[in-house]
Parts: sequence; structure tokens; C-alpha cells
Amino acid sequence: MGLSREDVIKVAQLARLELSEAEIAALTSQLGDVLTYIEQLSKLDTEGVEPMAHAVEMVNVLAEDVIEESFDREQILSNAPSRDDTCYRVPPVLGE
Amino acid sequence: MSGTAYTTVIGLEVHVQLDTRSKLFCRCSSQFGAPPNTQTCPVCSGQPGALPVMNLRAYELAMRAAIGLNCEIPQFTKWDRKNYFYPDLPKGFQTSQFDLPMSQDGYLDISDPEGAFEERRIGIIRAHLEEDAGKSLHDEEAGKADSRIDLNRCGTPLLEIVSQPDMRSAAEARVYLTELKLLLTYLEVSDCNMQEGSLRVDANVNLHIDREEDLIATPIVEVKNMNSFRAVQRALEYEVERQYELWQQTGRKLGDVGVTKETRGWDDEAQLTRAQRGKEESSDYRYFPEPDLLPVTATGEMVQSVRAGLGELPAALRTRLAREYQLSPYDADVLVNQGRSLVDYFVAVADRCGDGKSASNWLQQDVLRHLKETGTTIEAFAVPGEQLADLISAVHSGALTTSRGREVLTHLISNGGTVAQAMQQLGIEEVDQSELEELCRELLIANPKIVADIQSGKTKAAGALVGQAKGKNPNVNPHDVQRICLKLAAEM
Repeated sequence: MGLSREDVIKVAQLARLELSEAEIAALTSQLGDVLTYIEQLSKLDTEGVEPMAHAVEMVNVLAEDVIEESFDREQILSNAPSRDDTCYRVPPVLGE
Repeated sequence: MSGTAYTTVIGLEVHVQLDTRSKLFCRCSSQFGAPPNTQTCPVCSGQPGALPVMNLRAYELAMRAAIGLNCEIPQFTKWDRKNYFYPDLPKGFQTSQFDLPMSQDGYLDISDPEGAFEERRIGIIRAHLEEDAGKSLHDEEAGKADSRIDLNRCGTPLLEIVSQPDMRSAAEARVYLTELKLLLTYLEVSDCNMQEGSLRVDANVNLHIDREEDLIATPIVEVKNMNSFRAVQRALEYEVERQYELWQQTGRKLGDVGVTKETRGWDDEAQLTRAQRGKEESSDYRYFPEPDLLPVTATGEMVQSVRAGLGELPAALRTRLAREYQLSPYDADVLVNQGRSLVDYFVAVADRCGDGKSASNWLQQDVLRHLKETGTTIEAFAVPGEQLADLISAVHSGALTTSRGREVLTHLISNGGTVAQAMQQLGIEEVDQSELEELCRELLIANPKIVADIQSGKTKAAGALVGQAKGKNPNVNPHDVQRICLKLAAEM
């Protein structure tokens, strides 16, 4: 199963990646190879096999609803590329 | 041309914040109103490598709401990543539920107490548990074009309740929302406060137009940004008209090339909807199972035990009040819509005085008005149910007239105490029967004209004596005065 150039452009757009023409060409072939490789799985007979919903077989790990201390604001904001005293700063949100 | 028949088709997506202390995947407080970014940690601010753990209480509340909405609870549920980019979503995905939601296939019955439509069953496609995003704040600093982000709300547990497109008018949509909110309030799963964003509504609407052979559907529009139930109703009414006019002009319909679902925002000031960004197709969210969270299984016993603990819900309560206390459906509706505490108060009063109808009247006419005027709730109401019941009994026995009863209630609200104490302090005493007869006789002797009128059959003339009697003794019962005067005049 191949992958079209349009597929790559769409996926890149959804991931907010800006790709050059050369990158689009390279990724179309590389991602296509990945998909072809994975497609081998479809050769398996899965008749009667229950679909797997999660890779781990454990279930029901839940925590009590008890408040614990949050991080210090100064510390949590210190990782932000742009900030002020109390908030993260981001390029203006358009629309809405 | 106009007058073509069409059907309005509305489905609602409601998000309610579940009333937990901590967030869905971390133990930061989910309390509303804290200073920006003071309730975050590596998990809810989306730091790499941070791992979520599901909040047990959030899951229990979600299940409680889902069962209250008559949903099936599948044995197995898991969470998925819904991928999109927005500055208030630091992880780049929302942890939500896709193909195996925690509940599905429920319903909510709605009816209009004013009778504008028949009782209807609105299907619930699913209710699933997911996390909230943060908030973008307006920048008030001049000259700076940035948006500011507060992540306190990030990770707050939300229940998304998706209805079937079963509503046929904006009014029905509003009744559905009102009933849903009432139900969730009775279930104590959310405070449903729209101002604080605890309850948010998106609406999907289009029209099915009848044309001879074809059934034409207009493009589906999702309406957002509605901040009250009233706004929802207005926005839908507006949207119905807009779509119909647009269809008349362009003929564009669902299924035409290039027609996709449109998102429009309600502008409450201008009272119209405006186009917003094109909504990404559902597959564009590239959902995949959240590897960092484990699935949850629900046993039949768990579901049974949650169901057993739901308490009496609004629909059942309305029926019971109407039946057991001989209330009209309208009165039962008014009481139940005030919430469970008011119903408990009503039941206490009605059981003690033995008269549901009077209890309902006193609550609606006097107590609710007082609560509204003073902006308080029944929990803070100063008069215990037993005192109101005794007051109603005193009115029944004739010891108090309705208007003196109101004076007693006002006295009880301000001073507390019992009905007997209030009557004593207000100088209200039962007038001795012979004393009353004596008073009436004096009045009749002083008013021969009225006596003559009564004797000639104009019994209404006795009414003039009631006022005079009250002037002489404020404690007299007007009905007694009337009755005795008529009797004495006939004997004269």
C-alpha cells in the first residue's frame, strides 16, 4: 500500500510541520515503505481473534480523589519560551 | 416562495464538569477561581514524561450520571488521544474516549409543563469521561498582541453527553437542557454553573425539507459560544431561519460537493451566528488508544450498587408528589424543579399538616417569594418545616386567617420560635364564641339598614360588618363574623 504526495502534505499540515518539496518526496517514499511493511499484518488470519483495545493487560488502576500540592508557579512557568508573571504567552489565538 | 414544510433537527453536546476535588489525571485541585497557573503540575501542564492516573471519584460520578441517564455501562472502557493543536492544550492532544466510551444508548424524557409539546424521549448516544483544556485570557496590556494562557482548568474532569438528533424545536432543546441540568443536580455530580463554565452546550442543527418526493437536508451547522439556555434557544431559532433562507437562495444541501459541517459562533449582543474556523473531520483528530492510561472494567454489581444509590430522580418524584399529595402536575413540577432540598422541606410540611395542596400553596406563594426576594435558599430558610406545618394547621382550624397567617410567617422568619409563641407575641388569640356573638349583635343593632338588607335576601350586605368587626377586634375570623351576622339577622 503506497502513500500519495497529498497524504503526506495533509499529515504534515495536521502535525503543523512545514516541509520542503525535497522532504515531501523523501517522506512519501519512506512513510510508504513503513506502511507497506506494516501491511504484512493483514496477511494474518484474525478470524475469531478478539480485537485488542490496549497493549497492557492490566485494568482498573485508579487514585483516590485527594488534593496534593501543585507545583510552584514560578517553577512550572520557568520552562516556557515566553511568559509573564502569571501566565504563558503564546502568539495571538485567532478566531473565536 | 415560502410555506414549504420542514422539520428542525437538533442534537446537543453538553459538557459538564464533575464535582471532584482533584483533577482527572493528577491530584492538583480543580477548584474554580484560583490565581492563574497556581493549580498545575507536570501532568496537567503537559511536561514530557509525566504520567496520568485516573481519578476514582471522577469515574464514579461519571457512572452515576450515565446510569441516571439510563445508559448502558459496557464492561470494558478505555481512553484515547484526540490530537489537535491549540494553545490551551499543552499536550497537543486531549485525553478523551473514542470507540469504547464508558456509557452509551441512554435517554432522557422531557415534557413541557405548559403543554407546548407532548412528552418526548430524547436518546443519548453516549456519555464519556474526558479532560478539560486550559483557558486563553484576554491581554489587557496595551501594545502586546500575545494571548495569555492559564492552565488551572487543564485536566478538570468533564462528562460529555451527546444526544441523538431527536429535538424538533429550539424550545425542546431548552427543555432538554433544563431537565438534564436538574437531573445532574439531583445526582449531585456537578454544580452545572454555566457562568463558571461547569456546563457548556454545543448544538448541531439542520432542517429536513419536504419536497414532493425528495427529503432534502440542509448542511449541518454546529453552534458554539452560547452562555445560557436562553442563548441556546435564541441561537437555534436564528439558525433555523438562516438555514431556511439560505436554502431558498442557494439550494445548497447536505451531500452536495464541497458541503462540510460548518461551525458558527453565537453573538449574543448582535443576536446572530457567525462563521468560525472550518471544523476538522473527525478522522483528522487521529484518535489512537492512550498508552499511558489503563482501561477500566465495570462489573454488574458495581452498576447495580450505583443504580441503587441514585436516590429518587426528578421524573419519578414529580409523579409521586402528584399522586401522594394530590398536587396538579404543574405544582409538582414547580416544586421538583426547585431541587431536592425544597422537595424534602415540602414533604416534611405536607406530612405534618396532612394537606399537600396547602403546603404547596404556602411554599409557592410565600416561601419561594421570600427566598427569591432575599436571594437565599431553602437550606438557609429560618422557619423549620414543622412550624410552617403548624401554621397551616392553625389556618385550617380557623385559629388564624390566611392574612394573619402571613403575619405569623413573617414573624417566624424574623424571630424564630413556634407558631404559638408568634401568635402570642403578635397578640393573636382565638376569640371566644360568646364574645364574638356579642360583638356581632352590637354591630347589627347599630346598623339597622344592613339588617333590613340581609332580611330581604341581600346576604352580601353582611360583608360591610366584617370590616367593622375587625376594627373592633383584629382577631376575629371574617368567615365567622359573616356566618354569625347572617344567623342573628335572620333571628331578629
